[in-house]
Amino acid sequence: MKHTLSVLVENKPGVLARVAELFSRRGFNIDSLAVGPTERPGFSRITIVVDVAEHSLEQVRKQLHKLINVVEINDLVPERSVERELMMVKVSVNESSRGELIQITDIFRGKIVDVGRNACIVEITGPAQKLEAFEEMVRKFGIKELVRTGKVALQRS
Amino acid sequence: MANMTGAQALVRSLEDEGVDILFGLPGGQILPVFDVLYDSSIRTILVRHEQGAIHAAEGYARATGKVGTCVVTSGPGATNIVTGMADAYMDSTPLVVITGQVATNMIGTDAFQEADITGITLPVAKHSFLLKDARNLPEVVAEAFQIARTGRPGPVLIDMPVDVSRQEMNYEGLGEVRLPGYKPTLKGHKRQIQAAARAILAARKPVIYAGGGVISSGASKELAQLARENHLFVTHSLMGKGCFSEADRLSLGMLGMHGTRYANYSICEADLLIAIGARFSDRITGKLSEFAPHATIIHIDIDPAEIGKNVNVAIPIVGDCRLVLKELNEILANLRGNKSNPRTAWTAQVEEWKRKFPMGYELEGKLKPQYVVERIYYLTKGKATICTEVGQNQMWAAQYYKATRPRQFITSGGLGTMGFGFPAAIGAKLGRPKDVVFDIAGDGSIQMTIQELATAVIEKVPVKVAILNNGYLGMVRQWQQLFYRKRYSSTSLERGVSPDFVMIAEAYGAKGIRVTETAQVDAAIKEALAYDGPVFLDFHVEPEENVYPMVAPGEPLSEMIGDICYPVEQVHPELAEEPFL
Ligand SMILES: Cc1ncc(C[n+]2csc(CCOP(=O)(O)OP(=O)(O)O)c2C)c(N)n1
Ligand SMILES: [Mg+2]
Repeated sequence: MKHTLSVLVENKPGVLARVAELFSRRGFNIDSLAVGPTERPGFSRITIVVDVAEHSLEQVRKQLHKLINVVEINDLVPERSVERELMMVKVSVNESSRGELIQITDIFRGKIVDVGRNACIVEITGPAQKLEAFEEMVRKFGIKELVRTGKVALQRS
Repeated sequence: MANMTGAQALVRSLEDEGVDILFGLPGGQILPVFDVLYDSSIRTILVRHEQGAIHAAEGYARATGKVGTCVVTSGPGATNIVTGMADAYMDSTPLVVITGQVATNMIGTDAFQEADITGITLPVAKHSFLLKDARNLPEVVAEAFQIARTGRPGPVLIDMPVDVSRQEMNYEGLGEVRLPGYKPTLKGHKRQIQAAARAILAARKPVIYAGGGVISSGASKELAQLARENHLFVTHSLMGKGCFSEADRLSLGMLGMHGTRYANYSICEADLLIAIGARFSDRITGKLSEFAPHATIIHIDIDPAEIGKNVNVAIPIVGDCRLVLKELNEILANLRGNKSNPRTAWTAQVEEWKRKFPMGYELEGKLKPQYVVERIYYLTKGKATICTEVGQNQMWAAQYYKATRPRQFITSGGLGTMGFGFPAAIGAKLGRPKDVVFDIAGDGSIQMTIQELATAVIEKVPVKVAILNNGYLGMVRQWQQLFYRKRYSSTSLERGVSPDFVMIAEAYGAKGIRVTETAQVDAAIKEALAYDGPVFLDFHVEPEENVYPMVAPGEPLSEMIGDICYPVEQVHPELAEEPFL
């Protein structure tokens, strides 16, 4: 079962290594991980999607809490949080297929952020299912490269 | 305004933390620190291998309850302390370990003697710091000690680049501790403690299972009160040995793989298990699914991650053992009023097991290792501080040297580190100079840190090492005998060929005594005790003696193997001693 943990950490050297090491040592699988600064100077937020059973989730949380630089952990339940992920896809296009790609991108509220002769880069944000649906739609054009940020999420107020 | 260098500030801050002794060995990148130590009030003990430094710091910490400290150089000096870090992490021993590091501008270049020691020790450090600016030193040192000694104690590493040691800075005393993510829960949840109290009063067959956390938190008095006032039998893990006097009528001794039959049988029958500062390791539980099958479990521990990790717990209480037990005792006193529940049937049952299945061994035949441990016990009147190596020697020490006070028994429990005991004994003796300190050793283990004989001789640390020399990596041989059809692959140490422990001791300037006959044991121990200096006692014991009783790995605690033997003084009344306790 997938869980999203939002982990507030002190922005100290090595903190990401500590978190990553803990997951690998205790045998927990990270699905995705995104890290960045927060509203508080000196603190970062790591959003981790982890695939574990309920019992192990408790262990993940407790073990994470033992890391000295971990300040707060929130288990984000999908119903009560907003989740987003950003994806960029470099899609092969030619003169005749470009129009269709632009149409599909519009439907997904994406953006074409780079246009070349043989390829375009499309930027899409949203929950994972939306990104995957887009990927499915453009597969026929030929996907040259694809990158995803991993999920970030905030609890609803 | 600068008033000193980073190295000077480091040593001053250690003094300000109350460090009076540290263990170490210098090298290029830590030279500035050793230069300052030359004039410091801190006593620096030069070891012969960095593993010796960190185990000695552990022994010191375990014997005194204070934080142990060691200082080593970068690269190989640093990697030599990794085993000790892992050992201290497993056994929750408070340490501050300082490693030299190459200069900050060289980090990451594979410079001479560079090792990423904060990276290497990530999984075995409670926390670590790479100090890149000497101006942060006052906070870093204060935080390192705070983290090491509070909550669930553990080893903390400070990696100190050589240019930071030389950096000019201003030191005005220890800095402020700012650890927003570190708040150990000390006070237990009131309602949970009340629930525990009610469960204890309602239980018909309760047993306490006490671990090293009782010793770390200084909860022995509270534990004794809990046990006595409520008529509760107490069994302990290897790490918990000494937290409750084994001379007490309520003590069941150690449980688990080489525990007493009566402790294990009690666990199997118990309807309530009160686990205090313990972690249900596999050496304790045997087959997990059949552990304490009838018991409701109360688990008191300061580390929330231990609760529910291995067994399901009905009443979890996160908190400092001492504070929780204090509150539990008060609540129990109120609930109990003047009613007392001696649980006569259960008490009779446990006492019958104690009578029927005592700890014992056959004295007949060659010199018996258990007998050696028993004689050390009697001749030190049960008062010595005992360190051990790992293997059969460790189990016999645990089985036959009864501990009566916390911090009396110092052993590598979680990691099982051969070579731990001897340096740990040096550290323990330096921490408690008035104690008689023994290392009960094996002929294999002692050779892993034997070079510390030089440290003991030169620093005048009169520890006594009793080598239970069976000519084997005995515990491994025992498993080969029992589970590998007696194929003794790489376990014979060729006793009589090499080494000669008496000559080794003498070569280092210590005393060596060889004992081959049962009749020589007492005189040899007395001679060692009378000698004012380190002694190696080389006891040539029965080579193929096994540690019993035993629960084979993966079996439930009810399945104990080994013949039932009776205590020596029962079989040989002429050998019975005057009780001294
Ligand atoms: C550093 C290390 N290496 C290997 C082992 C595995 N091991 C456990 S007990 C043991 C035998 C120890 O031999 P000795 O010190 O002679 O003790 P004995 O069991 O004979 O009393 C070994 C090799 C260990 N615990 N630690
Ligand atoms: Mg041996």
